[in-house]
Amino acid sequence: MRMPEPDADVLVRRLGLVAALRKIVPGEGVIADDVALRVYESDGLTAYRQTPLCVVLPDTVEQVSAVMRLCDAWGAKIVPRGAGTSLSGGALPLADGIVLGLGKFNKVLEIDYDNRAVRVQPGVTNLGISQAVEAAGFYYAPDPSSQIACSIGGNVAENAGGVHCLKYGVTTNNLLGLEMVLLSGEVIRLGGKHLDSGGYDLMGILTGSEGLLGVITEVTVRILKQPETARAVLIGFPSSEAAGACVAQVIGAGIIPGGMEMMDQAAIHAAEEFCQAGYPLEAEALLIVELDGPRAEVDYLIEKVSGIALACGANSLRASETEAERTAFWAGRKAAFPAIGRISPDYLCMDGTIPRNRLPEVLARIRILSDHYGLRVANVFHAGDGNLHPLILYDANAGELEAAEQFGADILRLCVEVGGVLTGEHGVGVEKRDLMGAAFTEEDLAQQQRLKCAFDPNGRLNPGKVFPVLHRCAELGRMHIHKGQLPFPEIPRF
Amino acid sequence: MPQTLKPQDAGQVAEVLAWAAAEEKTMALVGGGSKAALGRPVTTDYRLDLSALNGVSLYEPEELVLRAAAATPLGQIQAMLAQQRQQLAFEPPDFGDLYQSMEQQTIGGVLATNLAGPRRIKAGAARDHFLGVQGISGRGTAFKSGGRVVKNVTGYDLCKLMAGSFGTLAALTEVTVKVLPAPEKVRTVLLFGLDDAAAIVAMSQAAGSPYEVSGLAHLPSAIAAHSAVSYVGGAGAAVTAARLEGPAPSVAHRTAALRAQWGAVGAVEELHGQNSAVLWREIANVASLLPDPHAVIWKLSVTPSLGAAAAAAALAMGGQVYYDWAGGLLWLALRHQDRAQDDGGAALVRSALNEPDSGHATLIRGPDALRGRIDVFQPSAPPLAALIGRIKDSFDPRRILNPGRMYGDI
Repeated sequence: MRMPEPDADVLVRRLGLVAALRKIVPGEGVIADDVALRVYESDGLTAYRQTPLCVVLPDTVEQVSAVMRLCDAWGAKIVPRGAGTSLSGGALPLADGIVLGLGKFNKVLEIDYDNRAVRVQPGVTNLGISQAVEAAGFYYAPDPSSQIACSIGGNVAENAGGVHCLKYGVTTNNLLGLEMVLLSGEVIRLGGKHLDSGGYDLMGILTGSEGLLGVITEVTVRILKQPETARAVLIGFPSSEAAGACVAQVIGAGIIPGGMEMMDQAAIHAAEEFCQAGYPLEAEALLIVELDGPRAEVDYLIEKVSGIALACGANSLRASETEAERTAFWAGRKAAFPAIGRISPDYLCMDGTIPRNRLPEVLARIRILSDHYGLRVANVFHAGDGNLHPLILYDANAGELEAAEQFGADILRLCVEVGGVLTGEHGVGVEKRDLMGAAFTEEDLAQQQRLKCAFDPNGRLNPGKVFPVLHRCAELGRMHIHKGQLPFPEIPRF
Repeated sequence: MPQTLKPQDAGQVAEVLAWAAAEEKTMALVGGGSKAALGRPVTTDYRLDLSALNGVSLYEPEELVLRAAAATPLGQIQAMLAQQRQQLAFEPPDFGDLYQSMEQQTIGGVLATNLAGPRRIKAGAARDHFLGVQGISGRGTAFKSGGRVVKNVTGYDLCKLMAGSFGTLAALTEVTVKVLPAPEKVRTVLLFGLDDAAAIVAMSQAAGSPYEVSGLAHLPSAIAAHSAVSYVGGAGAAVTAARLEGPAPSVAHRTAALRAQWGAVGAVEELHGQNSAVLWREIANVASLLPDPHAVIWKLSVTPSLGAAAAAAALAMGGQVYYDWAGGLLWLALRHQDRAQDDGGAALVRSALNEPDSGHATLIRGPDALRGRIDVFQPSAPPLAALIGRIKDSFDPRRILNPGRMYGDI
């Protein structure tokens, strides 16, 4: 993975920059010691490492603002970082850039039950929001699997998802307000506790912008009342086709489950060996369907889903009768990644989304690719929303990383080919940056970069992520003008 | 009237706009023309009629997805969805009566104006169902963003930016939307006789309950009297309404639970399917509840608990108001003297939103001259206004698309 060539001039002036930053953020808020910097060398995508110029940990918005202005003036790049759990290298440092850590912004600022809103600083963890309102019976719906550690600011930057997205939406559908700092140091507040933007939906653009547009310093989310009850059904199928048909028919029957997860046989076996969840080992595909809401609704829909599953040829089916049983059904799915980690020295977790009805075909082609590369693969699938997570098993010490990455790239290209996308919830980052051309034309990407220029005219914020080729803003803004008569006389005029 | 150009496909739209950018010719974008009176009036060199971009190219009910050319009539899409017992869950309103317009709305127009009805509080706005877009920028070049799947973080989410941009950034050519099952059963619980402040408390309780309420509105008695639903129109009192939708056993349970909760506050009643449909359509479409054809109509999106306070000044001036979105959406009618110094109540309405982050006000209906004179959309503070200008330029550097439709220079 090639990163942009570091600016030698910035590298030479490192100590001066550190001194200037220390005037803004005093004490331990600027980390420049080589050993201490190692903590920040990578994020959740540990295959890539880079030591930054330094790490800055401000604790006020004024400091963030001053740091942005200073870095812009010095020509230093800025890599924003929340909890560093990105799986796509979104917080991978740059040699000629600082890491701007928001970890000290860790306060819940306001809980407003009347308006069902919580206002927090960006370093508060995803789970921390739900915990803050749990006693009153509320929760924050998006629940990425890293929710114990990941920060809400990072969730906004990556538009994080989770297992309940089909019914409750992803981050962007659950945000009410944001505060962000631009490269210019200007502080912009968007939204509040009301709904919708009065003008352009900048909150929608910031969400999922991977730290390329601004630094988020405050987030307001909507909270929901916890459902009265939840039950799950664990269904084994003799084929992924049968499981896929069941998913389609459940949705076709007008049912939107709270969660609908699928695992293939490799994932079932790994999970069962790891935590004895009671999964049917003979099943080729396992479906967990969770229904939540009032008891009367849940019981009614469990019956309907069970009927559909049996008609689709399910060869095992269990509905949870107790909360303990429901939790046990999920235990294996939630442990799928560590369970794979146990049977393989290393694994890559991919993250494509496909139209649900293409799943059997995609799984079959992944099996062919698996044979081609000689690498095992296990699949877990957010079946409700089509988000596929193939886990590619490899051994870095046996020199298999490159093959695993090629295998992963082939899978993502396959997702695009069947009408899906490169990434459903992990982000492009550096990991999928060079695959963007498979999904977008040059003009698509140029238009996206022009939008970046409106926020970051000097390309200081997280360059080298998302876009495979960097262009200067002046070059992107140029128009190729062909003056002349209104073309195409066949266009009707009135 | 400016000359109308009618491109036949997306390629011709690109050719026209590339030419217009080169010649600095301005273009008013028109899909069905149903919302010509929404936003500021525009004066342009040409009118770009996009109505030839018509047709549903993909509808897979089990995949919950539909793709259509941008100017496909909304009614055509809704009819297709209804056949499969599906719907656009954001409940796009129909302002035909409000604008006294016979034109058909298009799916592109609904998305470009980001309009949503009462179900907004549960299901989200138009922008939340906008999965993929193809458009032609003011540079005359085609671009796309998003796709046909609900979970997608590949690049910036330009669908969000297109939603609510009123054609000032690009001409949409093709859109992909998420569709959802229509509810099996619908009930509405009515609560009678509350003043605005008490109603907002009751709505807040219902919104914070586990009963998954999909509509929460309050009609003061003078407004309720306009309803065609006899339980509402004949109540002789203010009516607060909550809608419950879903599978039959669930709706029965939740309706009973909410009746018990609200029954402790005042007299309650219950509407079944047909009456529910009429009432929520009235609430979404505005015109029948605020019937004075000469009034200017404002829409305020506010922090719900501040709704009653935000209405107070306008009510004192003889305005009429009702509340949707659990108190977070105010529909406000003000009498208007069509004189050059009259601001249509803009200063009055916006003075209620002086607190930081408290909300925004949009003039939804008013005479052309008024809409040309005042800020129809909430004005932004200087750094944000400058950023909005730069975003406009990143798509439309010559500012040829719907100039002035949203703000004076945008």
